[in-house]
Amino acid sequence: MRNGKEQIEAVFAAKKKPLLVAFTVAGDPDYKTSLRIIQEMAAAGADIIELGLPFSDPVADGPVIQRADLRAMDAGMNTDRLLDLVQEFRAESKIPIVILTYANLIMRRGISKFYADAAAAGIDGVVIADVPFEESEPFTKAAEETGIAPIMMVSPTTSDERLAGILAKAAGFIYLVAVMGVTGARTGVEQAAVDLLTRVQKQTSVPVAPGFGISTPDQVKEWAGHGADAVIVGSAIVKRIEEYIGDPDAGIVAVGEYIRTLKT
Amino acid sequence: MKLQTRFGEYGGCYVPETLIAALEELEDAYLHILPTRKFQDELKLFMTDFAGRETPLSFCKNMSEDLGCKVYLKREDLLHSGAHKLNNAMGQALLAKFMGKKRLIAETGAGQHGVATAIAGAALGMSVDVFMGEVDVKRQALNVARMNMMGARVIPVTSGTKTLKDAINEAMRDWVATVGDTHYLIGTVVGPHPFPLLVRDLQSVIGTETRKQILEKEGRLPKVIIACIGGGSNAIGMFHPFVSDNVTLIGVEAGGEGLDGKHGATLCGGSPGVLHGNFSYILQDSYGQIQESHSVSAGLDYPGVGPEHSMHKDSGRVTYTSVTDDEALDAFLYLSRKEGIIPALESSHAVAHAIKIGPTLKEDDILVINLSGRGDKDVAQVIDLMQQKGVAL
Repeated sequence: MRNGKEQIEAVFAAKKKPLLVAFTVAGDPDYKTSLRIIQEMAAAGADIIELGLPFSDPVADGPVIQRADLRAMDAGMNTDRLLDLVQEFRAESKIPIVILTYANLIMRRGISKFYADAAAAGIDGVVIADVPFEESEPFTKAAEETGIAPIMMVSPTTSDERLAGILAKAAGFIYLVAVMGVTGARTGVEQAAVDLLTRVQKQTSVPVAPGFGISTPDQVKEWAGHGADAVIVGSAIVKRIEEYIGDPDAGIVAVGEYIRTLKT
Repeated sequence: MKLQTRFGEYGGCYVPETLIAALEELEDAYLHILPTRKFQDELKLFMTDFAGRETPLSFCKNMSEDLGCKVYLKREDLLHSGAHKLNNAMGQALLAKFMGKKRLIAETGAGQHGVATAIAGAALGMSVDVFMGEVDVKRQALNVARMNMMGARVIPVTSGTKTLKDAINEAMRDWVATVGDTHYLIGTVVGPHPFPLLVRDLQSVIGTETRKQILEKEGRLPKVIIACIGGGSNAIGMFHPFVSDNVTLIGVEAGGEGLDGKHGATLCGGSPGVLHGNFSYILQDSYGQIQESHSVSAGLDYPGVGPEHSMHKDSGRVTYTSVTDDEALDAFLYLSRKEGIIPALESSHAVAHAIKIGPTLKEDDILVINLSGRGDKDVAQVIDLMQQKGVAL
């Protein structure tokens, strides 16, 4: 069986840095279009796909992803359909897939069952927006048992003491929250986030990927200059999907073109 | 975190990583500022001179005769602002001021907590932003005006269901970006640790006073205490000082249209899960998506409940039940006519349950109802509801 943690490690070992982690909300705007968007993201050069499993109350997300969550849920997305979507995509692609979601959707399915089902569908990593280190134990334990990488988040306000604990559990990559705030495109790169990257990289060999607020090729270049192992781009992709709601073919083309600008 | 973050298995700290430092800072203030003499003296002065504590424990002669037991009301309706919410708002605002914060943010449903926060902000010279669902902004225009008059800014929330649940989400999103100078003044015993503990302690003045007052008046403790439950802050504030006593404690949730239909009875009709930073009973579907709640009373219209109540439910220490919208409405009119006290629709739920069980008690048994707020805010809504039913007032 596929070992998610090893899949992510292998892609970091093989590809030129910084890798691109491309995010979309699973099932946005509908199941079929979403599958084609994921396929296009992979074809356009995304190194890792991050899929949001939509939750009714996404407190870490800004308005763009909130709206995408609602569109996806209205079109029938749920945990079972997410697993279908990953399986269908996985039949033709080996690219690592990471799920971003919220605690309650995992707990409601049963933590062990969620991770077992995720591993069977071909999911490689899970990041939970509202599970900090303090609450992470049952989730990281289930991740370890299934070979899934428990992706941990760090932020500029994370203390040294807590950082040590987080890094001891982290695998796959470390999600560096690059702004004090929710998801959504911003300009520039904050010094506090750059300092955090340096601080984390000194203490671990696990790759570090800044996310939140990254949307332009210039920001990607800047992070590359600072030595980021990957960058995570989300809201800027989701915004393009939203712009082309009535014309999915054009939307898929726009997402592909956008990802290519980030890779050059 | 330094303290135990859970009540039994419930509670915890399910928040984005970015907020942990702010919660640690708040826990530190809870441990090292809240108990100090300087803080407690200043808070006490506000709560007496400014807010009107202690509130009376009123013996209700007419209701006692009607129900066949001794009925007392704890009069939080007489607190400044018209509800118990100010106990918490004033306490947290003062704590935030001691912590050096400049700005308060709050969520509000019906507007009572928003008004309480606006009062505290004005009194302490702190700026206040209140997140309120767009639907509620329209339904509660009077409270929006009150907040504005006291200098608070009301920010309509257009995400999700556009009600209290989403106002909390939006307040948390704001806080993530502003933790340096801003305190999130949550309105009830929910949210991540240490909020359920902090709000419980600030509201416990209700039960502590009641205990002292009933011992003075009757020389013994009540047989039964009843309080309504949305998030559960007035109830836990009343119950907590009685938890170790031989007193029956009953929490009354919003039964709405009945537990088979739309309701807000999280403990009676929900299941454990994570919402707004804590593990507790919530209303959710089979995938874990949060379901919309319903109640005639905006203050009880919430799909979660404080984690300490979840613990008391499982242990059986507190009995949780519900009454319907119609029963609450009947109780609203009953108390108004019998005693000349117009209760909030929230508190009317507790009154409704008292009307049900009063006749099963002995004549000498003492029944205390926590009258958490007054009903002036609900008068227009009640007139509408009566007209819809074709009943003249």
